[in-house]
Amino acid sequence: MSSIVSLPDQTTARIPKRNYLTNENGILSWLLTGDHKRIAILYLISITFFFFIGGALAALIRLELLTPQSDLMAADTYNKVFSMHGIIMIFLFLVPSVPATLGNFLIPIMVGAKDLAFPKINLLSWYLYLIGGGMTLWAMISGGVDTGWTFTVPLSTHYLNTNVVTTGLAIFVAGFSSIFTGLNFIVTIHRMRAPGMTWFKLPLFVWSNYAASILMVLGTPVLAITLVLVVLERTIGIGVFDPTKGGDPILFQHLFWFYSHPAVYIMILPGMGVISEVISTFSRKRVFGYSAVAFSSVAIAVFGFFVWEHHMFIMGVSNYSTLIFSLLTMLVAVPSAIKIFNWAFTLYKGSITFETPMLYAFGFMGLFTIGGLTGVFLGSSGTDIHLTETYFIVAHFHFVMVGGMLMAFLSGIHFWWPKMTGRMYPEKLSQLAAVVTFIGFNFTFFPQFLLGMLGMPRRYAAYPPEFQVLNVFSTAGATILGVGYLLPMIYLVWSLKYGQIAGNNPWQATGLEWQIQSPPLTENFIEIPVVTQDAYDYEWLERQKEREVTQVG
Amino acid sequence: MDSPTVALHESTHSEHPSYQRHHFVTMAQQRESASFGMWLFLLTEIMFFGGMFTAYLIYRNWYYPAFVAGSHTLSIVLGTTNTAVLITSSFTMAMGVWCAETRRRGGLILSIILTLILGLAFLGIKSVEYHEKWVQHHVPGLRFDAMSFVHPKAEPGQPAEPGLPLDMAQHTEVYFSLYFAMTGMHALHMIIGMGLLIFMLIKAIRGAYDNGNITFIENFGLYWHFVDIVWIFLFPLLYLISRHQ
Repeated sequence: MSSIVSLPDQTTARIPKRNYLTNENGILSWLLTGDHKRIAILYLISITFFFFIGGALAALIRLELLTPQSDLMAADTYNKVFSMHGIIMIFLFLVPSVPATLGNFLIPIMVGAKDLAFPKINLLSWYLYLIGGGMTLWAMISGGVDTGWTFTVPLSTHYLNTNVVTTGLAIFVAGFSSIFTGLNFIVTIHRMRAPGMTWFKLPLFVWSNYAASILMVLGTPVLAITLVLVVLERTIGIGVFDPTKGGDPILFQHLFWFYSHPAVYIMILPGMGVISEVISTFSRKRVFGYSAVAFSSVAIAVFGFFVWEHHMFIMGVSNYSTLIFSLLTMLVAVPSAIKIFNWAFTLYKGSITFETPMLYAFGFMGLFTIGGLTGVFLGSSGTDIHLTETYFIVAHFHFVMVGGMLMAFLSGIHFWWPKMTGRMYPEKLSQLAAVVTFIGFNFTFFPQFLLGMLGMPRRYAAYPPEFQVLNVFSTAGATILGVGYLLPMIYLVWSLKYGQIAGNNPWQATGLEWQIQSPPLTENFIEIPVVTQDAYDYEWLERQKEREVTQVG
Repeated sequence: MDSPTVALHESTHSEHPSYQRHHFVTMAQQRESASFGMWLFLLTEIMFFGGMFTAYLIYRNWYYPAFVAGSHTLSIVLGTTNTAVLITSSFTMAMGVWCAETRRRGGLILSIILTLILGLAFLGIKSVEYHEKWVQHHVPGLRFDAMSFVHPKAEPGQPAEPGLPLDMAQHTEVYFSLYFAMTGMHALHMIIGMGLLIFMLIKAIRGAYDNGNITFIENFGLYWHFVDIVWIFLFPLLYLISRHQ
């Protein structure tokens, strides 16, 4: 199999002595840093930590569901476990995953700037994330919370005696971390671009993070005020959501999903940006329909704000608004499909190679498409009434979020690992991990579509015995999936010391981040670049290389 | 020590003022970024209050008589005074920004102190109003009794308002929930703002703004005006419902 990887001669190659990792030493130089690259690494470590906690909770869920009875844990413990799994995975892993790690690291470099516009606010965002994460862990250890990740009222305000207030405030704080990340990105992309870097020369990764940032800035504060009202309702009993006082629980649903539906686009859009970069690099072609892909990100962000009610079709909303929101939901499928088709056309007649990031990207394309198409089932009000609150919906959003977003995250981590650390990961082992993840994922979640069609409801510790076969399949698949996630954790850490020296541009990619040393200098560029080439201009890259050769010669 | 000429010479790049952060190419870029960031932050604030305004809109449509009755228990005199106090504080803040731009340290300090005093006056009047609500049993959840809306007492010199049916009277609790949530969030923003004012006051006295590095003051000015504008919407929506009746 051919490969585009070109590494420097390993006998003479060295990691550059001066880079952002060696620039300063000591724990304080990390904890007080303003460097976007160091903050990205801090974020990477913290979200990996929370991912493994969320993953351990997922393992407990699957173990409990191995048998029809609730025997591993009591039903209310199960409720706490799946609630915490959702809260940690959504608010502490998926939302910050790509933006706060890869986005933080790459966006300033991709636009040709020395740092994000507000380095101190960037650091503050990480501390807020840690405080939110710490409070969530505290809520879990000191008794847990069993509302589900949706904090549904009046369940959360009147009927539960668990740590709703602590968890709600934790998510409030973590939300501000997300707002500050988004705000920083928008200002950086508007105001910090290098000379010549016009909007349509930006890599698509920047466009999709920009779209996600708009959602973070406009959506998250609505969640914040909703959680404040829930906390006030629970602590002092104001009546905004309390039907006994004239309040309306449906209003809570509207406000909650006004954030939480756009939030799924906050999670998926940056992942789509990763896929654009990876597909282009490993098929040696400019992304087909660059501006269509760029605008589809913005379109997803805009449409994303007008579809929230499709989470509420069975909650007693008016039939007419159901009709309209069902139609609007179908509209979101259009920009998503534009992306998938354009990636497919990028592959067409490309020189495709199958390095690990590309394998994950293929996984993304397949699984996201299945996840997206099953979303149409749920957006049509007729089928939704049958399928919602069953395992069909669980399978649907895991296909989009885990099959889509997590695949994209791992794709991006492998793709930019040489840039972040200066070293390559072991290629064969990581290709194996990508395949294992893909197989394990399908084993885990495909049976859940079937379970949902058969009518198995979500969020119960016990189920009728006839569902057991498919549940055993799912749990077995989750074991394989777990191996698929542990492998990168191990070999990526291993590669920090033993990986091959990557050189500046192991993938022969065109982005500005590949034209500087790996790992980059603290100030990214020795001098601010003047951009004349388009994004994904591989001929420009060839000319650059030729010029280098003649100069050295 | 902070006189502008000295600061210029201390800088490594002689053409840049010392307060330009290293990652900005020009001072104009730094200023534009800071102000753009502040406007974006205010946009998140609008969305934050927006959730409560949405709730207000819905419940006011559903429970209009309860909202009228609740609104009529508020003191229009105190509310109007507070509006005037807050608008004046916006004026003094705008004067502060102008003084900072024209490098008048004395004027800046005076403006900040006046803004602080007016902010305190606003919160003082607000706490008088809150106390009144507490006495009247109009605090939702903690101390609430809807009976005063079923059998309203006549104010001296005025005829008693007509009583509400019991179920509608109970919905005044929703009105007061929103009243306390909205004015409470507004007051919280004022308190945060006054903390920042004290911070700025200390820095201004030390002369930190004499070198023209006034981005913080300009952005704080925007914040303070935003908090003011929120009140401009809260006042008619909460105090002036159907006053002509």
